[in-house]
Amino acid sequence: MLHAVDLPNAWIGRARPRDAAARQAAGGGRFVDDLRFARMVHVAYLRSPHAHARIGAIDITAAAAMPGVVRVVRAEDLDPIMSPWTGVLAHFKGLKSAPQYPLGRGVAVFQGEPILAVVADSRAAAEDALALVQVEWDALPAVTDPEAALAGAPIHEALGDNLAFTRTAETGTDLAAAFAGAHKVVESHFSTARHTGVTLEPRGILADWNRADQRLTVHHGTQAPHMMKEIFARHLNLPEEAVRVICPDVGGSFGIKVHVYPDDMATVAIAVLLGRPVKFVADRLESFTADIHAREHRVHARMAVDAEGKILALDVDDLTAIGPYSVYPRTSAVEGNQVVNISGGWYRVPAYRAHLRVAFTNKPPTCQYRAVGHPVAVAVTEGMADLAAEAVGLDPAEFRRRNLIADDAYPTKAPSGILFEGLSHHKALARLLEIMDYDALRAQQAEARAKGRHLGIGIACFVEIANPSAAFYGVGGAPISAQDGCTVRLEPGGAVTVASSITEQGQGTEAILQQIAAEALGVDPARVRVITGDTERTPYGGGTWASRGAGIGGEACLQAARGLAANIRDLAGAVLQAAPDTLALRDGAVVDAASGAVRMTLPELGRLGYFRGDLLPPGVQPELSVTRHFQTRKFPFAFTNGCQGSLIELDPETGFITLLKHWVVEDCGTVINPLLVDEQVRGGVVQGIGGALYEECLYDADGNLLNGNMADYLVPMAGEMPDIVVAHIATPTAESALGAKGAGEAGTAGAPAAIMNALNDALRPLGARLTDMPFTPKRVLDAIRRR
Amino acid sequence: MKAAAFDYVRATDAAHAQALLAEHGAGARLLAGGQSLLATLNLRLSDPAILIDIGRIGLNQIVLANGVLRIGALTTHADIARSPLVATHAPMLAEAAPLIAHAAIRNRGTLGGSLALADPAAEWPACVLALGATVLVSSTARGARRIAAEDFFQGLYQTAMAPDEMILGVEFPRLEPGEAQACMELARRHGDYALVGLAITRRGAGWRCAFFGVGPTPMLARAAMAAAEGLPPREAAAAAVAALPQDLDPPDDPSMDAATRLHLAQVLLRRAIERLGA
Amino acid sequence: MRLALTVNGQATSLDVEPRMHLIDALREKLDLTGSHVGCEHGVCGACTIRLDGVAVRGCLVLAVQAEGCDVQTVEGMAEDARFDALRAAFVAHNALQCGYCTPGMLAAAAELVEAGGTPDRAAIRAHISGNYCRCTGYQAVVDAIADVMEGAA
Repeated sequence: MLHAVDLPNAWIGRARPRDAAARQAAGGGRFVDDLRFARMVHVAYLRSPHAHARIGAIDITAAAAMPGVVRVVRAEDLDPIMSPWTGVLAHFKGLKSAPQYPLGRGVAVFQGEPILAVVADSRAAAEDALALVQVEWDALPAVTDPEAALAGAPIHEALGDNLAFTRTAETGTDLAAAFAGAHKVVESHFSTARHTGVTLEPRGILADWNRADQRLTVHHGTQAPHMMKEIFARHLNLPEEAVRVICPDVGGSFGIKVHVYPDDMATVAIAVLLGRPVKFVADRLESFTADIHAREHRVHARMAVDAEGKILALDVDDLTAIGPYSVYPRTSAVEGNQVVNISGGWYRVPAYRAHLRVAFTNKPPTCQYRAVGHPVAVAVTEGMADLAAEAVGLDPAEFRRRNLIADDAYPTKAPSGILFEGLSHHKALARLLEIMDYDALRAQQAEARAKGRHLGIGIACFVEIANPSAAFYGVGGAPISAQDGCTVRLEPGGAVTVASSITEQGQGTEAILQQIAAEALGVDPARVRVITGDTERTPYGGGTWASRGAGIGGEACLQAARGLAANIRDLAGAVLQAAPDTLALRDGAVVDAASGAVRMTLPELGRLGYFRGDLLPPGVQPELSVTRHFQTRKFPFAFTNGCQGSLIELDPETGFITLLKHWVVEDCGTVINPLLVDEQVRGGVVQGIGGALYEECLYDADGNLLNGNMADYLVPMAGEMPDIVVAHIATPTAESALGAKGAGEAGTAGAPAAIMNALNDALRPLGARLTDMPFTPKRVLDAIRRR
Repeated sequence: MKAAAFDYVRATDAAHAQALLAEHGAGARLLAGGQSLLATLNLRLSDPAILIDIGRIGLNQIVLANGVLRIGALTTHADIARSPLVATHAPMLAEAAPLIAHAAIRNRGTLGGSLALADPAAEWPACVLALGATVLVSSTARGARRIAAEDFFQGLYQTAMAPDEMILGVEFPRLEPGEAQACMELARRHGDYALVGLAITRRGAGWRCAFFGVGPTPMLARAAMAAAEGLPPREAAAAAVAALPQDLDPPDDPSMDAATRLHLAQVLLRRAIERLGA
Repeated sequence: MRLALTVNGQATSLDVEPRMHLIDALREKLDLTGSHVGCEHGVCGACTIRLDGVAVRGCLVLAVQAEGCDVQTVEGMAEDARFDALRAAFVAHNALQCGYCTPGMLAAAAELVEAGGTPDRAAIRAHISGNYCRCTGYQAVVDAIADVMEGAA
């Protein structure tokens, strides 16, 4: 921690409401769909109704003749403008995928794939015309099951088979021997269901190609504007300086808005084709098939333990289905790869093996969605931990105490070999049991059971990836920056302007940058104006994803603000004839560090610096803006950790689960604003609950989505969510002065496992067990029936 | 997605609405609260040529007269939920109303609109059936007529109304002394369509049970009702539950298989009878 | 069709196609972009606005149905002192992140606040159960509404 929060300058660590919240609550939000430009047109896409079909003749005559239609755009119309892309990275050895085009051609390979565009003067007119396009579809057999896909004919013939990627990690002592010599071996199957992000603001993009100056401006609801600029330039064959990407307000992202989507790319290409602003905003139905999906995993796991309940070995086999393409540029191998990297990662596991197979299928492509791979890895690990605890007669909490990596063992490695800088599992578990009042809950549970009520208590420990280095993507050749930059500028009137390459989707990026700059510069955060989301107005950087905004962008801001503070002290020192290190910045003024006496206000200094150079001592050049960049170098990731507890009530007659309460202990290092972190963690928990209880993209055997609307695809709503208690342990990363890691994934990473363990705790007296998510009433009842 | 184009006309009163229906024929749809219709329009699942807006023709009164509770077709779910007359004389409806969707939808959606749509998973059709209510309909050509609830629901989204008829209101028998009513359902989330729902009433030792969400129409569980007749609550519940498979043959759908749905219906029936029997 | 109505206290007239729902009309014709479209099939609650003083789904009301009605959007609520405390509580509790659900959430919550009383947390949760928020855990929203209602009681 930097220092106690009660000092006058101490804004880091304070619960401060966000300015953006006040703006949004007053109706001042400005999202892509809120923007209108002169000559702007709207595009809607014809999407494949089939999961797999040859695209025959297309008749656009009637559509093109509809009132309001500007152009019907076929796939081949975009060939001269945009080049295809392939979602592979060099460091995923053997990962393969097929070239992907903005509009599908030849054979459509998933339901929802865009194959044709209608541009019109309104979205409604474009849809009217779409309804008149005639396509001769020749339906082909669809492969929807990953096992069948691996055994069957390749979706893309040139790739030879449907195995996109495979990897085995084997570390430590002899696995077979460890299992053979174990006191107990437990094994289980787990599955997590294919689900999707359902950002409340659908994806949106507004591209404007100015023919006069040959420049492209794209307003885009994205998490990574610099990456998108790079990609637009590359695939439009434009010089990078010809492209500008601007993010207006972004209505939730969660990883959904960090990928390259064919419809977004087509929209940009069509803007170039037409030379006028083109807007595409996905409607909710197309969001369900055109946004990335995630989390379709089937896992088989085994764990070996000794008589004291110490883990001897963990063996994890993960099969995941990613749809017909690996998504560009992050690839669809990462989710499964995370399962390999993370499983067992908080325990001492002397012998570890994880095997991954990634299969192509005819469902929409999957890619990185909040807490990538974590919910799977944590559910498997913590499910196995509970099974092993039961096998050796230990309480789940005691089993974890015996196996968690010691808090003083760092730096150390995960079973998979991945490096940990510093984690606090034992402290976090102790704190969790304390805030849950675990022993009292167990007593309450026993009492309830005597009265015929079925309560369940579950706990889950976890790690969470944050602050990724270039080892994540850059090393594989992706134009994805692991560094971020920040410019901090003093304005003549004493205000501060911060321009950062990290982006805002509501998590409070701008608020924390305000607080960091305010602390370093001794100003009120209200005087700090933050600019994000514009490739022409901010330094270059990666953006906001993988819980990297606070840890990386925040550190760049802190260093830039400190650099500016030093320059201000230098300038003030030169003017006041004082040694700069005797001066400090507090409450909008340069003060004597020892006495606190005001020597010069920042507006006075600003006026001198900007307008009255004539009054400055000779040779003094005021430098009142400073840029700094930061990326992590020592560790590939700044892992964070935490644990969660869940109390549920099961109705064994109906299979309904009521969430009574939920607890989270999270160690995200330095907490910059607890008001923001706590509710972000809760939001993450609720998203994890979605995966555990509700969310599943249901497909029939032909690859048709059965529940692609908000009424049938269930997301967590307020009425069923529990109150969630959040507590913190702080183990700052030593890689930065700020010490912040990240908190975006924690809730989602751990909640499904905690709920699964609570459910199985409630099911245990009934002799039943369930490890297939989501835990629907039907699945719960089936589990009880087949006991 | 945006709705396909249609014409729009606002009716001034019920007679005008019926005249417009007759005039525009099969391409016309009545627009009451619009809470289901507009969703289907926005999804391009229906494409009427013209909407006849009946939102301003009145028919939104709740009155008790001649021993029956008469509720106008355009009374909103919210109005039914907060009506003291309903709470006193048809408590099943007061219990059902808050189960319908969410507050903002209940502010617009109407009793008549729900019955005319005849969604088999909706609450009102089952309540109407369970209470043995009478639906009052009218057309320009044939005037007014009364349709018993048991005759009203003919199939999936199909009613006994002719295309030129509209619903004016519904007459519910008032709660008898000693009668007990309930509307209960199992839904995954607040406001969701129920996996299984039950509108139930006990008059003396006789039961009337109408399920929703289990078939193409709201389903009267006649075998279960007969089995429970005259028995003390616990025995009535057991007998009704045992007989229920004769009444219900729910479909498989993506959210629930038939056998599980039937099981849930049995659980709900037992709980309801035990609750009302006490 | 020509349509006359009152929007945020101002008498307004506009031309709309009958098929245009009220939110599109407010956004496209009057540039009141504070109301957001989330699903257009009446489920997500993002487009909840106030029509003649009650909360409605803007995507489930045709603009032509609002002839002569009094429409209040988030922009109007922001200038209506009755909702100052509610809005302030949302900000104080950080009851929003991306803000896309917030106009609808406020319109839904306003109805509960106007009804008065001190509903418990379960009742508050039930009341806003038709308004989807993907960012928060809903808890801050419940806290904000509870605060306002306890303060008003």
